[in-house]
Amino acid sequence: MKRIYLVLLFLSVVLIGYGQKYMTKNGYIGFYSHTPMEDIKADNNQAAGVLDVSTGEMVFQVLIRSFHFERALMEEHFNENYMESEKFPKSTFKGRITNLSSVNFSKNGSYDVSVEGDLTIRDVTKKVSIKGTLEVLAGGINASSKFKIIPEDYKINIPGVVRDKIAKDLEVTVTMKFTPVETK
Amino acid sequence: MKRLSLAPLFVMLSAVVSAQDDLMNLLNENAAPAVNYTTATFKSTRIMNGHSIERMAPGQLDFRISHRFGRLNSGAYEFFGLDQANLRLGLEYGITKWLMVGLGRGNYEKTFDGFAKFSALRQSSGAKTMPVSLSIFTSAALKTLKLTGASDNDYLSSRMSYVAQILVARKFSPGLSLQLTPSYVHRNPDIADGDPADLWSLGAGGRIKLSKRISFNAEYYYVANPHDYQGQAVYNPLSVGFDVETGGHVFQLICTNSVAMIEKGFIGETTGQWSKGDIHFGFNISRVFTLKKH
Repeated sequence: MKRIYLVLLFLSVVLIGYGQKYMTKNGYIGFYSHTPMEDIKADNNQAAGVLDVSTGEMVFQVLIRSFHFERALMEEHFNENYMESEKFPKSTFKGRITNLSSVNFSKNGSYDVSVEGDLTIRDVTKKVSIKGTLEVLAGGINASSKFKIIPEDYKINIPGVVRDKIAKDLEVTVTMKFTPVETK
Repeated sequence: MKRLSLAPLFVMLSAVVSAQDDLMNLLNENAAPAVNYTTATFKSTRIMNGHSIERMAPGQLDFRISHRFGRLNSGAYEFFGLDQANLRLGLEYGITKWLMVGLGRGNYEKTFDGFAKFSALRQSSGAKTMPVSLSIFTSAALKTLKLTGASDNDYLSSRMSYVAQILVARKFSPGLSLQLTPSYVHRNPDIADGDPADLWSLGAGGRIKLSKRISFNAEYYYVANPHDYQGQAVYNPLSVGFDVETGGHVFQLICTNSVAMIEKGFIGETTGQWSKGDIHFGFNISRVFTLKKH
């Protein structure tokens, strides 16, 4: 009986401590809106993310203020009117890879993954499932994905005057270059 | 014994549940402390008549049409002032993150004006704390109105006036911003017309946001050395109005006792009195063009 305790205890310790984590602090998240009236594009090169390859868990975090637009006025409106970045400074994603077994982290190559999790924008959390690619390299892992979000899902209110200039769904592009984290 | 055996299982379970939070904590521990610069203290580069600490972003050109009607108390014959029009057209451009310049021409005394505004301090929190934003404003204006009387000294220089202002503003909350504006106006002989050449004044202005796109603004300048302007008593300018923002435009609707739309004019030459109904309705339209994308 005692031996079983020890095994379980050992297992739980392993679960907490084991597993190489990968991190980035300057990942890219951008979005693009296309309408016949206007194309809008924003880039953020300060997205942070962690990927735990043992569990497939991944989290991302991005500061709304760090999205940059071609036009200064768009950036101001984005922060002031749509995202209210003073009230909701961050956006986060917490998820996990659902087909972790199909990725071989010890073999370099490109793997298609499905990720499920919670995307939080403006304190509104939605379950999302996203397709992406993991590229296992010698010195790290590159992750990339393209998916669509609907602004109205996150209580982003777009007034009638500009409704024609902002697409119904925005295409989000994520590109992360993860490097290993030294575990303590 | 059985209860005890469940304990490690719980430990395991909680480890799995909180794994994502652990990852999030790892992210936050590693996040570099950021400086949060305050943006959009005001919607526009003007509070009402006077400048706000805001400047044009680099590469952005602001085409401004400012308009003041005649006096509200001028009666039905003048359609309560709407028959008269005072206009200033301006082109204003952001050169760097901290410098904007502008040129304008107003039909009030056929005046050309040019200005430069420097952002010296920016309100910020986080890694760097700065309680206020501070800008420095300088301008020069040239009155080109033909002189009616015989004047001995009608030189170009005698038609010039100069303004220096220090603009200090704080955005107290997303809804409330206030600004203090100590101002100095120097007027050469033809403008001063026997009155003090140097005027000292203190401006105070602010805005209260009523909704995401509409704010209520007010602005007052206290002039420390009262004087006349061309034989008429001069009063302190008071302006109240609303900022209304649509996509690329900011409309400012304004009620004011001054006709002039530049500093030397509304600080030194406001001859209207609110209490007598010398109120001018007007508007500023700002249309921003992006000349240089970044």
